[in-house]
Amino acid sequence: MTCQDYKDLMMGYLDNELDDDQKQIFEQHLLNCSDCKKELQEFRQLKEITDEVHFVELEDRIWDRYWSGVYNRIERGVGWILSSVAAIILLIYVGFKAIEDIIKDPTLGILLKVALLMLITGIATLFVSVLREKLYFRKKDRYKDVRR
Amino acid sequence: MTGCCKNETVLLQQVKGNCKAAFEEIVRKYMKQAYHIALGFVGNKEDAMDLSQEAFYRAYKNINTLDCDRKFFPWFYQILKNLCFTHLRKQSNRLRCQLDGVVEETAQHEYGLKFNPELIAEKNENKVRVWQALGQLDEKHREIIVLRHFQNLSYKQIAEALYCSKDTVTTRLYHARRMLKQILNRKEVDVK
Repeated sequence: MTCQDYKDLMMGYLDNELDDDQKQIFEQHLLNCSDCKKELQEFRQLKEITDEVHFVELEDRIWDRYWSGVYNRIERGVGWILSSVAAIILLIYVGFKAIEDIIKDPTLGILLKVALLMLITGIATLFVSVLREKLYFRKKDRYKDVRR
Repeated sequence: MTGCCKNETVLLQQVKGNCKAAFEEIVRKYMKQAYHIALGFVGNKEDAMDLSQEAFYRAYKNINTLDCDRKFFPWFYQILKNLCFTHLRKQSNRLRCQLDGVVEETAQHEYGLKFNPELIAEKNENKVRVWQALGQLDEKHREIIVLRHFQNLSYKQIAEALYCSKDTVTTRLYHARRMLKQILNRKEVDVK
């Protein structure tokens, strides 16, 4: 084993994660390797300082309000979904009415009506195409069964 | 990190059935841990609070993708981590724009200085330097230091949270500590 192989054991030794056999192997190595001994000492000092870093505790009233913050987001999320669905329904309704009025209006030229119908057909085709693609990839998604 | 007890499995099933009270129980159980992890990642109180709450909201929204037999926290931790690091990347890009296209390392260094020292209890110069040096580590190494030192998780628990082996944890911890040591040596903290 080279010194590099002992680096992982060094971390385990420092954090008390080694079993007795591993500990003995590493201590044996330390007896013969001054570089690892020096490095272990440096890591030990670093660990001591880092372990001393603690955060200032927050007041209880902040923790009491924490759930409200999460709950408000959940509630707002539902609000956004409802508003979006309602907006889409209203838009479709208003759009349909506007198109109906234009088609039925005898004062407007046939060219405008044909262009409008072509525009609607085009948008509908694009929408169906994108939707079909999404559904196809959802079915064929190789990662859909990956456990999270 | 709390283990996956039967109680949690039942709670998760209730959450899937749209029970907000069950989710509240889960939030109350993990909120401090979530906030402190986020704090270690982003270095300021306001962002840590906001990001940890947002992570719980997203967990609630996507709870159906979680298998009830699995532990909640490692799954939730992935959401929290992704949110925090996406936030950091945005901050870092903004900083780079402000400082007229500085290199990544300089942006990282500048960001480290934004780690608020007021958050440290019984602070002294060495603790503040370690805290700010943490802000200069890259994501992968900052994460392992936060989990090991600030959350005091065992290697097994870290491996569960990161979905990796214990050997990977050990190797990553070695490199993270070495980098932290290098940054501190540049700052002349006594770890030589």
